[in-house]
Amino acid sequence: MEQVFDLATIPLRELNQALHDCLPDASKSVWRIINPKGEHAVACGVDTPADIEIRGHVGYYCAGMNKQAHVIIHGNAGTGVAENMMSGTVRVKGNASQSAGATGHGGLLVIEGNVAARCGISLKGLNIVVCGSVGHMSGFMAQKGTLIVCGDAGYALGDSIYEADIFLKGKVDELGADCMEKNMTEEHLTFLATLLETAEVTDDPASFRRYGSARSLYNFEIDDADAHT
Amino acid sequence: MCGITGLFLKNPSLEKDLGSLFEPMLLQMSQRGPDSTGFAIYRNPASEPQIKVVLQSPDPSFDWLGLSSELRAILDPDLVMTPNYNHCLMLVSTDESTLNRELMQLLPSLGLTIVSIGRHIEIYKEVGTPETVAECFGLKRMTGSHAIGHTRMATESAVTTAGSHPFSTGNDVFLVHNGSLSNNNRLRRSLISQGAVFTTDNDTEVAAQYFDIKLQQGASLEEAMTSALSDLDGFYTFCIGTSNGFAVLRDPIACKPAVMAESDDWVAIGSEFRALADLPDVGHAEIWEPEPAVPYLWENALKVPVADTRAHR
Repeated sequence: MEQVFDLATIPLRELNQALHDCLPDASKSVWRIINPKGEHAVACGVDTPADIEIRGHVGYYCAGMNKQAHVIIHGNAGTGVAENMMSGTVRVKGNASQSAGATGHGGLLVIEGNVAARCGISLKGLNIVVCGSVGHMSGFMAQKGTLIVCGDAGYALGDSIYEADIFLKGKVDELGADCMEKNMTEEHLTFLATLLETAEVTDDPASFRRYGSARSLYNFEIDDADAHT
Repeated sequence: MCGITGLFLKNPSLEKDLGSLFEPMLLQMSQRGPDSTGFAIYRNPASEPQIKVVLQSPDPSFDWLGLSSELRAILDPDLVMTPNYNHCLMLVSTDESTLNRELMQLLPSLGLTIVSIGRHIEIYKEVGTPETVAECFGLKRMTGSHAIGHTRMATESAVTTAGSHPFSTGNDVFLVHNGSLSNNNRLRRSLISQGAVFTTDNDTEVAAQYFDIKLQQGASLEEAMTSALSDLDGFYTFCIGTSNGFAVLRDPIACKPAVMAESDDWVAIGSEFRALADLPDVGHAEIWEPEPAVPYLWENALKVPVADTRAHR
């Protein structure tokens, strides 16, 4: 049964408490949230197999720390959407602000519009698919996971990146420190195709280029030993 | 933190509702800045040689009537004073240098300060939450063409009325700021050597004086914003009001937030979307996040195209 929460009349804390009261091993629940009006922390910290539909624009940290739930935002999202998400899926039908998917550990984040700066900063295993473009310093210090961008990327893409993968279809303003273009092998193409299909994005995997770490920044070089004494 | 809100009405029939549309925007930004609140409102333009001056007294029961008879004798027999809480709007026919000279002599001994001078602009600002400050000045009932407000969470200088935003730079131009500048002390010294007079230790006043001097030197607002990208270091989202429009500028790293929206009837800015959420027909407005290091400018309700500034980031 679908539960409807109208945030114009019900306080946000009541909604989040009701979501938190659902146990991780509960059966699937269905939620519809209306009139979010840019409120922060809508559907944050959910850990239950739920389908959550949000009708309208949300503020900061929507679906942050998400586990298991499938969240769809029919609108734009503010700073840090799906921040530190662990599993499940989060889909933004509009645009997202800065730091989308920051430090995300797992699951899938799809943004159908554009994303501002620092998308996927310090990524730790989450897969992000952006149908539009991303702002500057996206993938900064990303350790693990994937950032797929169907549009363009702002300056300092993948700055100080560790072992995350970036797939970019459009052009990049400028690569960040220690980020380089890498070979696209069959294995990468297959992985990309699967992820695009899961995200329901129809762009041709062959039209993307792959970027990642040049591994010169985070490796200790014995020749530099003197600099550390 | 700090919150910024701005509303420019493109549809003149909404001007009677400016205060009631703008007040909820300011109140939504309470959590971003509960220390002090201020707003500039553009309305009832004075015709030359009249000038609008807003004065402020720390004492809400200050005798404005007594002052007005004194000022009538010195400045203008037809001078009109309209008190509003501890501020007072003065409408006076005189030239600006006489005005400045006389007020500079008289005001300090009475503990009064000038909050704004211009033909269109009125600034009201005070220590306190948006709710109390808006209530004190009766913002809800104000009419006008555009308003820009600020809710301050003080980080680098004292919580005082003078340190509250907006900072007027004279000539109907003023500034509100979310962020903090890091080269403000050096810049302050350089501006003082160019003739600027400072009244606070506040970093935003440095930015306001910077724009004032650039405009006085003949730069357009767009040119002043472009040079600010090179000369001002730190974090900022600026919103600048002019007699017929407003401008927005974010620092190249985009540290501080901003959301803009434009409909057929209005253009608006807020630090967060929730400040815009109750505007009429917001569901059909174009909503976007201003790009870092790109000046945005509206004049006479039309967006002014600006040159590519990406080299400045």
